[in-house]
Amino acid sequence: MAVDGSLERLRREGRIVVVGASLAGLRAAETLREEGFTGTLTMIGDEPYEPYDRPPLSKQVLLGRVPADHTALPRRRAIEAQWRLGVAATGLDLSAKRVALADGTSVEYDRLLIATGVRSRPWPNELEAGLDGVFVLRTRDDATRLRHRLKAGPSRVLVIGAGFTGSEIASVCRERDLPVTVAERGPTPLSGALGSVIGDVAAQLHHQHGVDLRCGVMVTGLEGDGAGRLRRAHFSDGGTVDAEVAVVALGATRNTEWLAGSGLAAGPRGIACDAGCRAFDVRGIVADDVFVAGDVARSPHPLFGYQFLSLEHWGNAVAQAAVAAHNMICRGEERRPHLWTPYFWSAQFGVNIKSVGVPNMADQIIVSQGSLGEHRFTAAYGYQGRVIAAVTFDQAKWLEFHQRQIEQAAPFPPPFTTVDRRAEGMRPVPAGFPDPSVPTHGPQVTVSGHSPTDQRVTFTPA
Amino acid sequence: MTSVALLGQILDHANRADPYPLYAELRRTPVVRDESGPYLVSTYWEIHSLLRDPRVSSDIRNLAPEAKTGPGTEDPDLPPSFIRLDPPDHDRLRRLIMRTYGPPHSPRRVYGLHGEISGIVSGLIDRFQGRGQIDLVDDFSYPFPVTVICRLLGVPQEDEQRFHGWADTVATAIEPPVGTPEEQEAHWRSIREAHHQLAGYLSGLIEQRRRAPREDMISALATDRGADENPMSLPEMLSNLTLLLIAGHETTVNLITNGMLTLLRHPDTLKQLRTDPDLVIPLVEELLRFEPPVQLLPERTTLDDIEIAGTTIPQGASLWLVPASGNRDPQRFPEPDRFIPDRPDNQHFGFGSGIHNCIGSPLARLEAQTALAELVRRLDNPRLVEDPPPYRHNAALRGPQHLPIAFDGLSR
Ligand SMILES: Cc1cc2nc3c(=O)[nH]c(=O)nc-3n(C[C@H](O)[C@H](O)[C@H](O)COP(=O)(O)OP(=O)(O)OC[C@H]3O[C@@H](n4cnc5c(N)ncnc54)[C@H](O)[C@@H]3O)c2cc1C
Repeated sequence: MAVDGSLERLRREGRIVVVGASLAGLRAAETLREEGFTGTLTMIGDEPYEPYDRPPLSKQVLLGRVPADHTALPRRRAIEAQWRLGVAATGLDLSAKRVALADGTSVEYDRLLIATGVRSRPWPNELEAGLDGVFVLRTRDDATRLRHRLKAGPSRVLVIGAGFTGSEIASVCRERDLPVTVAERGPTPLSGALGSVIGDVAAQLHHQHGVDLRCGVMVTGLEGDGAGRLRRAHFSDGGTVDAEVAVVALGATRNTEWLAGSGLAAGPRGIACDAGCRAFDVRGIVADDVFVAGDVARSPHPLFGYQFLSLEHWGNAVAQAAVAAHNMICRGEERRPHLWTPYFWSAQFGVNIKSVGVPNMADQIIVSQGSLGEHRFTAAYGYQGRVIAAVTFDQAKWLEFHQRQIEQAAPFPPPFTTVDRRAEGMRPVPAGFPDPSVPTHGPQVTVSGHSPTDQRVTFTPA
Repeated sequence: MTSVALLGQILDHANRADPYPLYAELRRTPVVRDESGPYLVSTYWEIHSLLRDPRVSSDIRNLAPEAKTGPGTEDPDLPPSFIRLDPPDHDRLRRLIMRTYGPPHSPRRVYGLHGEISGIVSGLIDRFQGRGQIDLVDDFSYPFPVTVICRLLGVPQEDEQRFHGWADTVATAIEPPVGTPEEQEAHWRSIREAHHQLAGYLSGLIEQRRRAPREDMISALATDRGADENPMSLPEMLSNLTLLLIAGHETTVNLITNGMLTLLRHPDTLKQLRTDPDLVIPLVEELLRFEPPVQLLPERTTLDDIEIAGTTIPQGASLWLVPASGNRDPQRFPEPDRFIPDRPDNQHFGFGSGIHNCIGSPLARLEAQTALAELVRRLDNPRLVEDPPPYRHNAALRGPQHLPIAFDGLSR
């Protein structure tokens, strides 16, 4: 069979290029070798370091327990790759099957994996973002710089944005006994990810640990002194706070600009791909040789109405990388779907937070075990009468049960009796997410033309 | 659903030496009701999921009185220990114990015993000098863990002898009753008496350590203010310390004895361990899968109907999980009946799983690793005198009553 012959050749002597030499890229490379790929493997990464782990950056590294250069990812096996580190991919030619690099060279591939992840959204005012003392936290270098500054004992730290990263940074500051102000546009910390019912618990944690938490406000400006050092922040409610350090934790932007004009369906919300991790082009047709994994991917999940999900989750990157790598070098009928149930963890203020499923799709929440007041609980999220997600605060051992419930589309509210069910957990309440009908991103794809023959898909990066 | 009559056979002492064919038969139907009443669950994934199912209760007070397997190891005058409770009570007690026993608050508690454990092991083996045969149980596996527990808790060396006596007696409550009604009554009386003496002794020790704390676990428990929750009351301390004592006693004995038995049945592995002592780390994991000291987990109750593997276990049922059978489930472990000392991906149920996952596991691992590596290193040409050896009565905590081993000499 001709097809099989060429697949055999690909596995034996093909060229596979991975762009993005971090978690997803490394795990994919390992899987490729594990599954018998013996051809040329090229790893392209714009950071100068070998793949390292990011979750410790906002936890152990900032605390000073682990140096930033001790976060290299453990290798599960040798991958015998050609490493092109410290050089970014700048373009993709789909028909020539070639990736252009920042140093002017290019690399040809038979199969390409894109795992370029995301980067921190910077402070929008460039001048203010350039003040000495203004930081973001995504990379090893970011962490080294911020840690150094925290160690110097600034008079006050301002954290802008109380999502997971912002909350973890605030927690670290308190553990280092630094005064910290957290400014959050939403009604509570974590409200975007977990809703304001759980967000209220998070707010209590902030208060209990002495964080100056200001919700429902935006930072409108950062003010420097004559020497260009950050001095003060201004808030939308007219308030100000004096701070020497500000950490901008306003979420992330997908690293897809380098794909502009390539024809791939790549934009600010990621690169759309099918459940088998094959990238879509802007017409919605799969590009057979291009695969996507990790934070940069956006893939449909059958469990959640085939909605395209982009997840910034460590576990997702690992699982998706394995599926992508497998599918890159196998026959069509052996391909596997990436049916990962979203799963996330965080550590802040001494509490271990975990979630499974897609909380922000939910309309209701119920505390199925434990109690919000004790800050130890398991809560289930419901969407139109079915369980769609769960979150635990220091009760991670129940999470797997809820994962099964989600995977089985079990009814919500959970009708059964369990251990540690309290009175407060008998009735569901609104989960408290921001109104989803208010769009947060502009449209990306529009369809034009009247008759079927001249219908066109137009792609507009927002 | 049909019911089976396998439990009687599993409990029958005649099958103690090799219960695994019975488990294999049980696994043909993952969930069955035994004719004697309880629901038996024997396959890996079903056990895995029930151990994490919040509808399953371990609270002894939820158990129908007729479902209790015996008078139990607990002092009826004290509150239940944490393994016989559900959250939130279970969680609170477990947290308070963990604060004094493990990370993050006491990360060095177990590791700190490293040197002492090696010393105790060497001391016990030194006493084999000049003998050609030992009973591993009486001469080693039994005295070893109690001595370790005494050091961990902070029982003074001069009291260890008395302490051993009470511990032995209290632990016999695990065995099913034998003999005439009068003999059984006398048996329970002696157990109650030992309970009371042990409780009295521990109260005294707790009081002493409260006044003059040392580096041990009783001092830590007695002086712990519990961070943001109520610290343990004295009765809670007594029942949970008794539990730690019994649990640390009855299981490690079997782990080590089963370990030597398995090694002597697999001479190639024994030889391999001699030349590569690091093999002991995965080997102990495989042992925990292959011959787990805790074979059955009885005394759980369903708080609601639970549908699993096509069967509905009704609310209020008595539920028996059979982790030793799950450990040999071919759906989970390739070649489950082979002992593969460096088996990859070995997520066994040797220490249970879920919220009641054994807190003693780091200590038990360290004890078994140290003991087996050292026994194998020092005994010259060890061999089994009797195979199978005589087994103890208990089916849940299964292990040899004696394990005679002959050997040619002792290395230094
Ligand atoms: C501070 C922090 C804390 C976190 N904590 C948690 C946590 O507690 N739990 C959790 O589940 N997740 C956490 N995460 C998220 C987790 O780290 C990510 O999900 C994971 O790193 C995604 O891996 P990835 O390989 O897809 O992307 P990345 O790790 O972002 O890697 C992408 C790589 O591609 C490189 N790259 C980008 N563009 C190009 C280009 N054009 N050419 C070449 N290379 C390029 C990037 O520089 C980067 O090195 C955290 C992330 C951060 C930053």
